[in-house]
Amino acid sequence: MMTQTSTLMNARKPASHDAQSAKRILEQGLPGPALVKEVDLKKTHTSDRMAWVSHMQAIRDDKDRKAFAEIFGHFAPRVKGFLMKSGANPELAEDVTQEVMATLWRKAHMFDPAKASVSTWIFTIARNRKIDVLRKQRRPEPEDLPWGPEAEPAQEDVLALQQDCENLNEALAALPDKQKELIVKAYYGDLTHNEIAEQTGLPLGTIKSRIRLALERLRHQMK
Amino acid sequence: MTEIRHHLTDALLMGYSAGTLPEGFNLVVATHISLCDECRARMHAFDNVGGGIVDNETPEPMSMDSLNQTLDLIEAGDIAQQAAEAVSPTDTLNRRADTDVLPAPLQQYVGGDLDAVKWRKVGGGVQQAILKTDTSATVRLLRIPAGTAVPDHGHRGTELTLVLQGAFRDETDRFGTGDIEVANEDLDHQPIAEDGEDCICLAATDAPLRFNSWIPRIAQPFLRI
Repeated sequence: MMTQTSTLMNARKPASHDAQSAKRILEQGLPGPALVKEVDLKKTHTSDRMAWVSHMQAIRDDKDRKAFAEIFGHFAPRVKGFLMKSGANPELAEDVTQEVMATLWRKAHMFDPAKASVSTWIFTIARNRKIDVLRKQRRPEPEDLPWGPEAEPAQEDVLALQQDCENLNEALAALPDKQKELIVKAYYGDLTHNEIAEQTGLPLGTIKSRIRLALERLRHQMK
Repeated sequence: MTEIRHHLTDALLMGYSAGTLPEGFNLVVATHISLCDECRARMHAFDNVGGGIVDNETPEPMSMDSLNQTLDLIEAGDIAQQAAEAVSPTDTLNRRADTDVLPAPLQQYVGGDLDAVKWRKVGGGVQQAILKTDTSATVRLLRIPAGTAVPDHGHRGTELTLVLQGAFRDETDRFGTGDIEVANEDLDHQPIAEDGEDCICLAATDAPLRFNSWIPRIAQPFLRI
């Protein structure tokens, strides 16, 4: 898909047609009334997340530069901010951010929206580059799962997980300032593992259970 | 897959997700997650916290031409990748064979499965192999003959012990294949391998162990334990 990229750097939100289709997904075939009630409150944010997911699919399937430019416009400055708070100077943060975004393009087929939001996936790429460049460490990664990243997850699993990420984000924002500060410091690398509290106050149970169930189902299908 | 009863702590998973653990601890965490879907799901949850932090980050303006520079990087990478694939069209899946004992991340440090481990005797029939990581922690494979005890010891920092084959017991509980024991200053323990199979563990410490008898204490500088 070829489109002009001139004004896209200013894009702060995913393109509206994608938001529309995400909204359609939100309104159709959703399980359970509880989720529908939640959706009313958080329609905008979750549909944004779903739109970023479809941008990733457009990059993966069509090498869509317009979708990439929008993701870049929104996320690259945030990644740069994150790297600078993690101790990189502006030049290094700029270079590493470009590498992170190039990796996002190259590894678009590895992104699994039933386990991570687009921001999470970008975070993990940025974190790995940070370990490599700033800490000069090797990063051991867990073994790949037997079914590989090529299995396309069910749409309702994707939607549910993206909604969980939104809820988690709100829970993070709602934490008392001191607690929030500690978590943020941990992710900037300002705390050693001994300083990280065992009780974070973050409600991770829902999102963990959902991913756990998905893993179980996939393992079962493999047998 | 046997049922895993002893899991990673939240602090270790958050440290792994944030990328702030010593390399040797990262290796133990990645190896446990390779064996444990429960902790794999928890890791994804902690990664999603990191995503939330990126979402809420104050944007720092990128340089003028950064999008085009990135697209150039992508094109250069595509060419390099095509060249690499033309030479060796391998799939780079990070997977072990079904019959292997060591999970894939550990095999990368060992250079293969169990038969590639270069064991050294440390006394009492126990063997070890120190793996090469950065110096912020020491990580080793231990092979404890069935029914044998590891010297009674305490800890200055944190010690992680992950069972890869067989099982051991100490004052706290039984640890079977896939289980991880997280020990700190408060724990003095004497792990004993169960009868049956030799017990193979991956152990990491961020400070030297404290032995409670004098023979291992003399040997300590030589064995790096």
